[in-house]
Amino acid sequence: MRKVYLDNAATTPLIPEVCEAMMPFLGEAFGNPSSLHDWGDVAREAVEAAREQVAQLIGASAEEIIFTGSGTESNNFAVKGLALAQQNKGKHVVVSAIEHFSVLNSARTLEKWGFELSLVPVDRYGVVDPDYVRRSIRKDTILVSIMQANGEIGTMESISEIARITKESNVVFHTDAVATAGTIPVNVSELGVDALSLAGNQFYGPKGVGALWVRKGVRIMSLLDGGIQEGGRRAGTENMPAIVGLGKAAELAATNMVARMEHLTHLRDRLLTELPAKIAHVVVTGHPQDRLPGNASFCIEFIEGESMLMLLNSQGVAVSSGSACTSRALKASHVLIAIGIPHELAHGSLLFSFGIENTVEDVDYVLEVLPPIVDRLRQMSPLYAKFTKAREGGK
Amino acid sequence: MPVYSEKVMDHFMHPRNVGEIENPDGVGEVGNPVCGDMMTFYIKVKDNRLEDVKFKTFGCGAAIAVSSMVSEMAKDKTLEEALKITPRSVADELEGLPKNKFHCSNLGAQALTKAIEDYLSKKGKHRKKGKKEGGEQ
Repeated sequence: MRKVYLDNAATTPLIPEVCEAMMPFLGEAFGNPSSLHDWGDVAREAVEAAREQVAQLIGASAEEIIFTGSGTESNNFAVKGLALAQQNKGKHVVVSAIEHFSVLNSARTLEKWGFELSLVPVDRYGVVDPDYVRRSIRKDTILVSIMQANGEIGTMESISEIARITKESNVVFHTDAVATAGTIPVNVSELGVDALSLAGNQFYGPKGVGALWVRKGVRIMSLLDGGIQEGGRRAGTENMPAIVGLGKAAELAATNMVARMEHLTHLRDRLLTELPAKIAHVVVTGHPQDRLPGNASFCIEFIEGESMLMLLNSQGVAVSSGSACTSRALKASHVLIAIGIPHELAHGSLLFSFGIENTVEDVDYVLEVLPPIVDRLRQMSPLYAKFTKAREGGK
Repeated sequence: MPVYSEKVMDHFMHPRNVGEIENPDGVGEVGNPVCGDMMTFYIKVKDNRLEDVKFKTFGCGAAIAVSSMVSEMAKDKTLEEALKITPRSVADELEGLPKNKFHCSNLGAQALTKAIEDYLSKKGKHRKKGKKEGGEQ
């Protein structure tokens, strides 16, 4: 059976060049970068080379890059660490309603610690209104955190515009760039932000590694105490193979970015146009144009996401869904609810996220196998039966 | 994939008795689309036995498997026997359901009971034609 992986938002595959670069550090190059001997030197040089590669990807200086254990850790570090370091100036934090849980729940933890939180809503496409951010900023606001793009619906935010507002008010601005860094051009100077999170497994690097960029001069409180790794900001012996892999992935992403984007955009647009043409009662979620190159997200009416996902998997197609039934907490995606999708429609959510290994044939395969699956589930659905009866009754 | 038993996967991939019955003797509907699980059961009764049982379900894999299993368990049973089908016995027949899905997806027995009650109340009404105590739900 044909196997089609379309869940690159969950994780991209590790590409061979990256794997190759990592291998020595799973073998003979096992040294600890803090050690003062040849083994240590090899490791230290590798960490610093990777730091340079990551810095180049986002137009930063190497000393501003802190390696972490994941995008989630980067976001926790940014939101909590930046807020704690600025708390003598105030205790008010602003984040958007569609942030990843690693930002949203970090902000909620800050609330428990005595901070105040304002949530910025989004429009029906998932766009944050910069003017709303401006109005949310108070005298005691110390931190704003808005993602550069949402991985579930693909929508891009106006980060540089928001950065102008935070700069005027002298508020630290963090952006979660986990969905964008390594996928689209990200330049910290052009964006004008103060801190930025990224993760290796979003651009063909390994899992279990991320980075936080913090602009020189911006204070951040470390969350892990211990040795003086990462300039004393993140203690713990470095995850050498993963850091080297992240560096290599960053280098390849920078080199191949334009070609990769063109490829992903082509696949995305084909599915965004063809799927609603092949299946009736489909809603595209997220912004129609300003969206991530590889993201095609939909809600299919009258049926539920988990059953679609299972039937797609039985045809070899791997996707994800923001349906309540697919989440362990059995809650519909907070992103779909925030853009105003009613709960019953959110149940029919399907997210296709393309990667560089996908082809046009993969899109065509989805367009071939999905319509019968939708048909089959609709034939089984009492909601669809009610809808068709009402429609016939209305004639 | 969600951690489902082979039995659940079998009933999900090949659900039994999907559909509606024309002029059913009883209909039972439970759940709502907001929660994500909704089931409608249709029954045909002959000589106090469930001659036919059909269902339509909106929901996750477990919800579809539960409906299919209930329809299979209920078919050809007497009404009294069918009323003894419980969420527990359905889950047991399916060789278990994931803990977090036990309550939301396991509405089949309830929908069947409602369909039987619907049948009984209609029958009651018919017999006691003109009397007020018909079992309107």
